Amino acid sequence: MKKTLQIGAGLGLKPNHYQDALDCAAKGLWFEVHPENYMIGGGPRLAWLEAIAARHPLSLHGVSLSLAADCPPDAEHLKRLKTLADHVQPMLISEHLAWSAWRGQYHPDLLPFPRTGEALRRIASNIQCTQDALGRRIAIENPTHYLKLDGHDYSELDFLTELSESTGCGLLLDVNNVHISAHNLGFDAAAYLDAFPAKAIMEIHLAGFSEDPGDSTLLIDTHDAPIAADVWSLYTRLIERIGTRPTLIERDDHIPGFDVLLAERDRAQALLNRGQSPRRAVAI
Amino acid sequence: MRPSLESFQDAFVAALFDAEPSEMMSLTRQPGFAVYRNTVIKGATDALVANFPTIERLVGTDWLQGAAAIHARLSPPTDARLLYYGADFPEFLDSFEHARDMPYLGDVARLDLLWTHVHCADDEPGIEMSTLAHLASTDLASSRLTPRAACRWIWLPDCPAYTIWRVNREQLQMPEELNWHGEGALLTRTAGRLHWQAASAADCAFLDACAAQLPLGLAADRAIEVEPDVNLENLIVRLVSANAFAAANPGLPF
Repeated sequence: MKKTLQIGAGLGLKPNHYQDALDCAAKGLWFEVHPENYMIGGGPRLAWLEAIAARHPLSLHGVSLSLAADCPPDAEHLKRLKTLADHVQPMLISEHLAWSAWRGQYHPDLLPFPRTGEALRRIASNIQCTQDALGRRIAIENPTHYLKLDGHDYSELDFLTELSESTGCGLLLDVNNVHISAHNLGFDAAAYLDAFPAKAIMEIHLAGFSEDPGDSTLLIDTHDAPIAADVWSLYTRLIERIGTRPTLIERDDHIPGFDVLLAERDRAQALLNRGQSPRRAVAI
Repeated sequence: MRPSLESFQDAFVAALFDAEPSEMMSLTRQPGFAVYRNTVIKGATDALVANFPTIERLVGTDWLQGAAAIHARLSPPTDARLLYYGADFPEFLDSFEHARDMPYLGDVARLDLLWTHVHCADDEPGIEMSTLAHLASTDLASSRLTPRAACRWIWLPDCPAYTIWRVNREQLQMPEELNWHGEGALLTRTAGRLHWQAASAADCAFLDACAAQLPLGLAADRAIEVEPDVNLENLIVRLVSANAFAAANPGLPF
C-alpha cells in the first residue's frame, strides 16, 4: 500500500543509517540510492535495501549509465538495473545528462559535452533504449557545470525540453546544481528555474556544496554540507511556481547523524506541506 | 571543423589523465577542468580505500590514498559498480616499490577482495551434515559437491597473510611474533553474516577441484597430492560445517 502514500521529502540512504531509515515513520519520507551499489547477487546489503523498499517508497538514481556517451548504454548494466528494479519496485528511476563510461573504462564523474544536434540524437536514442529496457519512463537530471564549453547549439533548457518531448522522459531538477552552475558559468539561477519546463519535473534534488579549496572562485557540488540559504530560497520559489514534487536531500560526505539529515528533510517537507494543494500536485 | 561527440570524448578522457590535446586547450586552461580531473581520481581512490579496509588499518589512510591514486591512473575502473573495483590492486601492491618492506600487503588485499565477493554473492542454501551422511551411504567418490557462491577460499604460500588479515579485521593486537609460513583462508556467509577460518593447502585444493566440477574421488586425490597425510573425513566435515557447499539441485543426481 506504500505507493498510495503522499510522497514528500526524502533522503539519500546511507549504510550507517539503515536501521534508523527502516524505523522512521515521518510522513512523506522516502529514500533514494545509487543502483550501482546494489547491483549484486545477494547478501546483507541487498537484504537491507529490500527491507527499506518494503517499508518506504524508493527511488533508483543512477550515476553511471553514461547516456551522453557516443555509444549505446552498456547492455549488461541495463540488465542489472532492470533486475534490481524488478526486485525493489522503485517509484522512480533517474539518470544524468552526462557521460562517464567510455571505451571500456568508467570515470566516476558526470562529464560535460557540447549540446549539439548530434548529441541530442544520440542521447535521445540512449534514453529511449533505457526506457525500452526498463519498460518505464525515467527522469534525467541537469548536471553541475564547471567549464565554459564551445560549440553548444542548444541551451541546457532547450536541450532538456527536446529530450523530454522526443522520448517522453521526465526531468529531475537539481536546484543545487543550478545554483552552482549559475555561479560558475555566470547566468541567472532564478531565471533558469523560472523557465524550466514544469510539467516534466518528476523530482527535485537539494544538496550542499563547497568552495574550491584551490585558487579559483568555483563552487563545487560536493554534497558534504547542509543546504545553503540561497538554494532554499530558489527551491521555495520553484515550488511556489510548479507545486509540490518529490524532493530529495542528498548528502554523500561528512555525513551527520540520521536525526540531523531528517531535520533538514523536515524543512523541505514543511515547505511542501505549505505549497500543497490537490490542484497543483502532479502524478508521477 | 567542429569535433564529433566521439572525438570530443576521446580528447576529454586523454586530458583527464594529464595529456594536453590541442583541441582541449580551451578547456584544460580553465580552473574547472581540474575539478573533473580531481573528481575522477578521487572517486576511484575513495572506492579503493573503501574496498580494502584491512590495508587501510595496516598502512594508514594517507599511505593507502597515495597508493590508490597511483593505481587509479594506471588501471581506471572498468565496472561502474565501484564496490568491485580493485581486482588487480593486489598485484599492484606486490610490485609497488613503496611496499617492498611489506611483502604481505598484496595477499592481505586478496583477502579483502574475497570478503567483498562473499558479502555480495547470491543467496543460496548450503548442504547439511545429514546430506553428507546420505552421500556417504551412496557412492561418495563419484558424487560432486559445488561450492556456494558465498564461499571463497585461497591458499597463500608465501606468508602468514591470513593471520595478519584476521587480526586486523577483528581489530586485535598483532602478535609479537608471526610464524612465517604459508596460510590459507576460507570465507563463507551464513544468514547474512560473514565467517572466516584458516584453511589448509589440502582444503583449498579440494575446493578448487569441487569448483571445477570434479567428483569427490578426484578432489580427494588433489588434496592428498598437496598433503599426503590429510584426514579426508575431517576435511569434508570441516568444509560442510563451514557451509561451503551448495545444496544440490534436487532435480539432478549428485
